Amino acid sequence: MDTLTTLVLGFLSIVIVNNLVFSKFLGICPYLGVSGRIDMAFGMGLAVTFVVTLSGTLTWLIDHALLIPNNLDILRYVCFILVIAGAVQLVEMYVRKFFPALYESFGIFLALITTNCAILGMCLFLNLWKVDNIVEAVVLSFGAGIGFTMAICIMAGIRENLQLANVPEALKGAPITLITAGLLSMAFMGFAGMIK
Amino acid sequence: MANSNSPKALQTLLAGLWKENPVLALLLGMCPTLAVTADVKSALTMGLSTSFVLLCSNIVVSLMRNLLKPHLRILMFTLTIATFVTIADLYLKAFLPAMSDKLGPYIPLIIVNCIIICRAEACASKNGLFISIIDAIGMGLGFTVTLCMLGAIREILATGAVFGKQVLPVISENWYLTGGMPNGFIPMFAFALPVGAFVTLGLILGLVNMINKKTA
Repeated sequence: MDTLTTLVLGFLSIVIVNNLVFSKFLGICPYLGVSGRIDMAFGMGLAVTFVVTLSGTLTWLIDHALLIPNNLDILRYVCFILVIAGAVQLVEMYVRKFFPALYESFGIFLALITTNCAILGMCLFLNLWKVDNIVEAVVLSFGAGIGFTMAICIMAGIRENLQLANVPEALKGAPITLITAGLLSMAFMGFAGMIK
Repeated sequence: MANSNSPKALQTLLAGLWKENPVLALLLGMCPTLAVTADVKSALTMGLSTSFVLLCSNIVVSLMRNLLKPHLRILMFTLTIATFVTIADLYLKAFLPAMSDKLGPYIPLIIVNCIIICRAEACASKNGLFISIIDAIGMGLGFTVTLCMLGAIREILATGAVFGKQVLPVISENWYLTGGMPNGFIPMFAFALPVGAFVTLGLILGLVNMINKKTA
């Protein structure tokens, strides 16, 4: 199979089939916390996409250029988390300078991208899946971000409509969101097996 | 000193179990809660590893709390946690290789488990060593118990077993050909899949809401 086909299939698989939120349970905290309004969800998705692409690429480079040749596997987690924290700091500074209104509405959740498991998870998966090509690493991390954006936007759309629904008293808030997420992940199971 | 401390210590310990239970009340650490609770064994391993990291990081953070600069605080927390997670990961790889393979990236993902940072920030960076240790034990216990409970519910519904032991007789294949009533438990595989995780946790949270409302 030529390279382009591999890349396109890899991208589609990480966005739809192996979606980080629905099949790997990564990034659940912002997925439940910021999915109240669709514009905020979209902004969050874009921020995560940027950070995950940047840190996925950088950690892949560090892993293959520094850690593996020098047998420093033991430092992998510490290095990865440092790179991610740095990338988030960058995004935070950028958003505060150019989109102050968005910065206000995100509040703590922007800094919490550091502890978004989708990002560290993606960096670890690049290592676990033995991705040995930088282009593939970039495409996969970008796809992971797009997949997250899609998941959080779908969820926000549903939740905006859910506000008008008559939910049983005890299930209001987080419980009904989780059950909705369950139904969504069942829908996405339909894509399983589409791409090997 | 010990007398004035003990009621507070007991309160801190119990808070982690119910009132401030990390999963059921604070909604922290959802990713491992959902990802590794398909059976009790992996839930227990995950709970204990997280508790170990929580305890160690609480001790270290509490000891260095007077040296912390505010803007470097979170970075120091994360680095401390990453160090202990590496220890836990290497230990599991050496002594429980099968379990380590099964949990895969979810062990390193303890680094970004919000419970640990939350406790470092909310408790260990403000309190002495003793209270921090008690808090870590309470929270760790609450997390482990919740994970195991969720794991037990999902495992029994998905396979009819708990901790790998069959407790419900699973229905024989082709039972419908013999006619009559089903002669055993019908496994619901959906509960081992992501759907089961989301729906089970959602319903449990609903139940907790109901209980809290009744007792309030």
